[in-house]
Amino acid sequence: MITTDDIRSRILGALPGAAVEVRDMTGTSDHYEVRVVAREFEGKSLIERHRLVYAAFTDVMGGALHALSLRTLTPGE
Amino acid sequence: MSRVVMDEIKQEVESHPVLIYMKGTKEAPQCGFSAASVQVLGSYGVPFKDVNILVDQEKWAAVKTFSQWPTIPQIYIGGKFIGGCDILREMHARGEIAPLIEQAIAAKR
Repeated sequence: MITTDDIRSRILGALPGAAVEVRDMTGTSDHYEVRVVAREFEGKSLIERHRLVYAAFTDVMGGALHALSLRTLTPGE
Repeated sequence: MSRVVMDEIKQEVESHPVLIYMKGTKEAPQCGFSAASVQVLGSYGVPFKDVNILVDQEKWAAVKTFSQWPTIPQIYIGGKFIGGCDILREMHARGEIAPLIEQAIAAKR
C-alpha cells in the first residue's frame, strides 16, 4: 500500500521544490491522481515530464501502485 | 526478452497509423484508462488497431521496454509514441491529436 504522503515525498525527492497535489481516486490506496507543478518541466514535452515523475516510482509501478494519473505543469502554465 | 517480440512491436506500430496497446479490447476494455483512451481515439472516426497485452505477458513486458514507459495503455500515431491516457486526453483537449492522425493516415495512402 502507498499513501498520499508517500506519493508526495517520492515526487519531491525527484523534483525538489515542486508543488504536488495528490488525490486517492478510488479510496483503495493504489490509484492516484497527481498534479505536479515544477520548474524542471520547462522546455520539456509531456512524455519527458511524465518520465521524470514515473522515475520516482519504478519499484512500485504496476505492483503496489496500479495507476498514477498525471497532470504536469510549469509554474508559468 | 526475445528480439522476435520487439521486432513484432516495431512492425505493429509502423504498419498501423493509429495503434493502442491496452488492457482488454476496444469492444471490452479491462481498465478505466484503456477505456478512456479508446473513447478518445474512437471520437476521430478513423479505424485504429487495438492490441490486448493481457493475453500476451511477453509482449506486455516488451512494450514497456520498447517505449521506455512503465504503464499501459500506450498510444502510437504514425509510428510515433504519443504517451498514455493522460497525455492523449491532454493533447486531444488542445486539438493536437487530429493533425497527427491526418498525417499518419495520409502517409499510408
